[in-house]
Amino acid sequence: MDARTQEFVEYVQGGGQVETGDWMPDEYRAKLIKFIEMHGNSELMGVLPEREWILRAPTLQRKLALTAKVQDEVGHSQLIYRVVEDLGKPRSQCLQDLVDGRSKFHNVFHYPTKTWGDVGVIAWLVDAAAIISQKALLKCSYAPYARIMKKICWEESFHILHGRDVILTLMNGKDEQRALVQEAVDRWWGPLMTFHGTAIPADEDPMVFWRIKSQGNEEARQQFLDGYVPQIWELGLTVPDQELRKNDDGVWEYSEPDWDELKRVVTGHGPMTAERLEFRRRFLEQEAWVREVVLTEAA
Amino acid sequence: MSRRAEQLLEIADDELILGWRDSEWTGIAPTLEEDVAFSSIAQNEIGHARALYELASRDLGTTADALAFDRSPEEYRSAPLVELRRLDWARTIARHWLYETADELRLSELKSSDDAELAGLAAKMDREEVYHRMHAQMWADRLRGDERFEAALDELWPYALGVLAPEQRPAFADRVGREQVDAVERGEHSDELRELWNEMTMVRRSIPGATW
Amino acid sequence: MIFEVFRQERRGQAFAHAGSIDAPDLEFAEAWAREQYGRRQESEALWVVPREAVREVHDFPDELSKTYHRVDGYSLKAKLKEARERAQTAESAGALSADG
Repeated sequence: MDARTQEFVEYVQGGGQVETGDWMPDEYRAKLIKFIEMHGNSELMGVLPEREWILRAPTLQRKLALTAKVQDEVGHSQLIYRVVEDLGKPRSQCLQDLVDGRSKFHNVFHYPTKTWGDVGVIAWLVDAAAIISQKALLKCSYAPYARIMKKICWEESFHILHGRDVILTLMNGKDEQRALVQEAVDRWWGPLMTFHGTAIPADEDPMVFWRIKSQGNEEARQQFLDGYVPQIWELGLTVPDQELRKNDDGVWEYSEPDWDELKRVVTGHGPMTAERLEFRRRFLEQEAWVREVVLTEAA
Repeated sequence: MSRRAEQLLEIADDELILGWRDSEWTGIAPTLEEDVAFSSIAQNEIGHARALYELASRDLGTTADALAFDRSPEEYRSAPLVELRRLDWARTIARHWLYETADELRLSELKSSDDAELAGLAAKMDREEVYHRMHAQMWADRLRGDERFEAALDELWPYALGVLAPEQRPAFADRVGREQVDAVERGEHSDELRELWNEMTMVRRSIPGATW
Repeated sequence: MIFEVFRQERRGQAFAHAGSIDAPDLEFAEAWAREQYGRRQESEALWVVPREAVREVHDFPDELSKTYHRVDGYSLKAKLKEARERAQTAESAGALSADG
């Protein structure tokens, strides 16, 4: 590592923040682009599991709230891809790489949404897991990314309230509605347990080394379990893991998540991966003329 | 049903069904910025439908949700224009621009209605519709001359005329610079509305009597 | 074309940078910024500015300690003490906290 890079590493590890125009090591820039691009991809692909339920929302209030939530996610991808673009990778390239399977999106968005119960569980628990990761990014060494995270976290907190409201209404409803929630929790538990990634020690995580992330994966998972398992239990719901318990030292114990499945899913072999990418590709291509012909600056 | 309730339901159903159609773009619009903007428009249309249903529900002794979801497809009074499923951008903008132009004429009449409640609500809706019209006009100006857009306008024009009462149509034709043709009138519903209704009410029908 | 967006949260407050918008012209930028940065009534007003119009200025050297136009350039404590002694008001009430 040359002296300039060494100095940069010490600067970011000491809490220093970097702006777009500042000098930065190529490796840092590459790591940033990869990490932030995947975040943008995840917001955009995260739209699809919920989008189909926009058309099925059972009341006008739910319809409006769900549309607004999905709209927020598109807005987040806009903010995030702008950051990637200013780091040197154009949005059009990010979108092309996404639909061509050359870049990744978060594991949790590769699964089907089967019932209205899923809509509640996604907004409540998946968004809760996401907000834990995103709050940790408020301290990211790359300042433009840290700044947009404020708006993102602010909007996510509304999603969790919307999700809890959907869940509480179902749990106070008929037995069939309560069953929808339990069935959805059962199906989403696996993806939620792998959400924050393998328990790689923070000092071995290159994203932590560059202070892109400041939180270890297991730390995030523990925070999720600590915050949300009691909320699940207090509603009379169960979690499909016999081993799950909080030890006297405050650490949650759980069955080993299926890391092989995580690996299969994020490398593009999840149950809905191909279908969702194809759907996104269809509209990316179908409406390309609008971007190319109509929205060019000379038009 | 009173003439007032009929009139309210007609506009509410137009706004509901168009809002439902437009909301389908959330997540897949041509650009991310437009995606956010168009989703707001869809939400506003549904919000207008809700306010109109609430007004009608007091006359009819029911609720806004029941009016929006619990009627059979045949009972909706929406115009065929909003029922069409046209998930491509040229037609979406053509419909948006034609509808907003028609809606402005309809709203300006309602704003001067003797019915103070209705006039008040129309004024509130119009405050939001101003931005819809700006948005529609901005896109129409961009797309003007594009063959996809012009073909979409030709296709949708007879449907657009059906949104308004016959006496308002000459002003509408004038506003958009087109000749009046035979309108596709309200009354008959397409299979597209029945498909939309099936999807729209699917969760609600799955457990009858439930609170959501 | 990139437009920078500045957001005023409440009337009377300063506009702060909110983010950016990729739009073909100012009209689209304005329409899109309205929704991306104001749809929840979180803004009182926006400024939408073409990125090229924003000139970033860096580097404000002060190699020779030009402290006279800053508050930390003034140390009044010792001088005040001496002045009070000469005026023989050193013990008077309320004077002790008056220091720079």
